[in-house]
Amino acid sequence: MDLQLKRGLLDVCVLAAIQDEDSYGYKIIKDMKPYITLSESTLYTILKRLESAGMLTVQTVEHGGRLRKYYRITHAGRKRIADFKEDWKEILTIYRFVTKEDEAHE
Amino acid sequence: MNKQEFLLKLGERLSGLSPEEKEERLTFYREMIDDRMEDGLSEEEAVSAIGSVDAIAGQIPDDTPPTKATPKIRLKAWEIILLILGSPIWFSLLVAGLAVFFSLYVSAWSVIIALWAVFASFVACAFSLPVVGIVFIFGIHKITGIAIIGASLIFAGLSIFLLWGCKGATTGIVLLTKKVALRIKQRFTKKEVA
Repeated sequence: MDLQLKRGLLDVCVLAAIQDEDSYGYKIIKDMKPYITLSESTLYTILKRLESAGMLTVQTVEHGGRLRKYYRITHAGRKRIADFKEDWKEILTIYRFVTKEDEAHE
Repeated sequence: MNKQEFLLKLGERLSGLSPEEKEERLTFYREMIDDRMEDGLSEEEAVSAIGSVDAIAGQIPDDTPPTKATPKIRLKAWEIILLILGSPIWFSLLVAGLAVFFSLYVSAWSVIIALWAVFASFVACAFSLPVVGIVFIFGIHKITGIAIIGASLIFAGLSIFLLWGCKGATTGIVLLTKKVALRIKQRFTKKEVA
């Protein structure tokens, strides 16, 4: 898959993993596992990217005698998900058009 | 490989990064290992689930966005002059502020030390008074002896309560220190805007 496209998709996936409630690294990976396997280092990069883009904020919370980072979606993050859904409607229409051409050739 | 060895090895491989970035990544992986262990995995299993150090370190150049040179804050000439002229005021205020903070911190710890000292004296009483009591019972005055033994039991009971209090206060101040240190660190480590 095109790297830029994949990057964008993963960003939205991580945002979707935190859209209902704040979450932490390991939980995000676990929640995404049935759909996509994400390595820790990839997740780290995505989280950093989303944080710099203002799509999520980080809270350090004490948990069982240690610190754990929780990620919270921002308004910009929610907008990113909404935009993604809109974009994909268009892409799906194009996809249907493209595959129809294929079928016609077969 | 256990967690400590893994983090140490990873730290060595990340030496090319800035100290803050390195620490942030290590904190991230430490949390991941801890969370896996909390989920029921053994330490070794949790570490191996993260992947090899080589794989992680190898992936970093790919996913690190080219670091933008952080624009240095340039001060105008008049700002520098003002800073220098004002230094007798702001510098002494800064030192005074730091001194107040430091003294507050030291006094908080001295309260903790005092609490532990009281605890120690209670324990000492709980152990030494029975001896005195027995000496009194068999030698000088029976009733006083019994009263002294009673007092030692009270001290023993109080010292158990005090142990909880002392432990609570100590962990409280340690946590507070960690929190404040983290806040200060976050203040000085600026997040890079990619």
